[in-house]
Amino acid sequence: MAACGCNAPLAVPRPADHAGNARETLEPMNLFSRHKNMVVLVTVLLAQLLALALQVKRQTSAGPVRLIRFVGVNTIAPFERFLIHSGESVRGVWSNYLDLRNVRSEDQRLKTELGQMQLERAREQEELRQAHRMQALLGFKQQWIDSTVAAQVIGTSGMETSRLLYLDKGAKDGIRPDMPVITPDGLVGKVLNVYGETSQVLMLNDLTSGVGAILVKSRLQGIVKGTPTGELQLNYIMSDESVQPGEPLVTSGGDRVFPKGLPIGTVSSVSAGHNLFLDIKVKPGADLNRLEEVLVITEQKARAPEASGQEAVRASDILAGHLPSVPVAAPAAAPPASPGSPAAPKPAGVTAPKPAGSAASKPASPAGDHPKPKPAAPANGTASPGSERPKPKPAANEGTHPQ
Amino acid sequence: MRTMRLSYTSREQVEVYRFSWLVSAMLPLLMVGLQAFIPVRFYFLRVFDFGLLLTIFFAVSRRSQLSGLLTGAAIGLLQDCLTHTPFGVFGIAKTLVGYGASSIGIRIDVDNPGSRFLLVFFFFAVHQAVFLAIERELMGLPVHLNVGHEAGAAVANSMMAVLLFGLLNRFKIRE
Repeated sequence: MAACGCNAPLAVPRPADHAGNARETLEPMNLFSRHKNMVVLVTVLLAQLLALALQVKRQTSAGPVRLIRFVGVNTIAPFERFLIHSGESVRGVWSNYLDLRNVRSEDQRLKTELGQMQLERAREQEELRQAHRMQALLGFKQQWIDSTVAAQVIGTSGMETSRLLYLDKGAKDGIRPDMPVITPDGLVGKVLNVYGETSQVLMLNDLTSGVGAILVKSRLQGIVKGTPTGELQLNYIMSDESVQPGEPLVTSGGDRVFPKGLPIGTVSSVSAGHNLFLDIKVKPGADLNRLEEVLVITEQKARAPEASGQEAVRASDILAGHLPSVPVAAPAAAPPASPGSPAAPKPAGVTAPKPAGSAASKPASPAGDHPKPKPAAPANGTASPGSERPKPKPAANEGTHPQ
Repeated sequence: MRTMRLSYTSREQVEVYRFSWLVSAMLPLLMVGLQAFIPVRFYFLRVFDFGLLLTIFFAVSRRSQLSGLLTGAAIGLLQDCLTHTPFGVFGIAKTLVGYGASSIGIRIDVDNPGSRFLLVFFFFAVHQAVFLAIERELMGLPVHLNVGHEAGAAVANSMMAVLLFGLLNRFKIRE
């Protein structure tokens, strides 16, 4: 009815005494009279359909969803999917060309970074194992992220006041309402509604959002909420507490939606609030305005950390693998050390290759997948917990970074 | 009174247009889809309310209050589908804009870029005022009115409207 403009001339002021205009004014009336039944039928049907859509909740695999929302989202989502994929194809050609440039220097830089990160990781894993042992002693249980689904952002609500994202993964990919959504930089929000191949994410900075948070240094707990302007605010921190700008926040796990320890952001400003609480603004870790890919945490389990009894590769061992070493004489040429005789002193930074068949030559397989230095020769035996520390392969790693 | 109306616009300017059913159905989908997609890549373009611009364009072209309010309601409800707010928030705001724009479209020349700019600026303000009133009074949500931001958004939408209406004129069919 809107498209045909049937009622349009009725609203246009025209002189009544003009014969032609009078006829024009009458024509739509005749049209309406002629098709009155059809118009009434369509109107009544549409009104009923609308009323139905507003009341009915369609049962999807992820739970009931209002029919009108279901139809609306499934109508718009294909547009967004098409736009995002066609845009990516064009951008892919250009970015492939750009990627080829400066790839060699980039490769060198990355190799250097990789070496440094592996050292750092070995050190951190050792600390982690120590923390796990302590937690196991205390009978501590925590949430572990068991699996995630990577999803692409294909759209938004289009409204500044409703901070939502649409993802290209839905119920068919195992996504369910209330699942946390993250990026490597920090928390994004949680899944609000799920459709077959699309899901709707309520962002952290929406006015209706709320996340239990804990300040990392001061261990104060509060709730991070969105503001009407799209900023983040940490609420319910008493005004007599001391909070410094720059202090990081992580999820507290108290809301039973987000697992504990996910980074949220950092405190950007602190001021006295209106009530008993501080007015704390938070800068989100993830750039909530420029999200392209996110991870949906699909599975998290509560379990006690296992204390790994196996000795880990220490950072110093990895470092030793990087340092140049002085080759020692072959084992066959060396005089066999008599049992009980003191071992010959070794210069610092020098690692001697282990003879094949020695049980101690195989490094203890550490928990996790951190880098494993290559032993001189594999052995059948396994290192017992607390046994001799593993030796990285000497000369092979000289002057190179571990791959 | 009739003489006064005619003094605001000429006979040629009181043209009534219609649109094919395909344009009437696809343009709102395309515009609302674009509005949802664009902020993913270009966040600063989130200020544009293509649904509102389309509501005003249809209203002033058809010059029918009934048609204007129904088009506004349909586009507003479509936008409501993509949000998590109750249905009717944008529907009510755009219904009022559609009705108002079609009423004004009868009286003034809306094919002039200057009048289009002012028309969209005015109705953007009306839309935001209605929207904020609904959020505050009906939904009980805290409302933050940033006048500078809203004024900037109104100017941006008005400028976009001048460009967009020029393109959309191609779809008009004279009655």
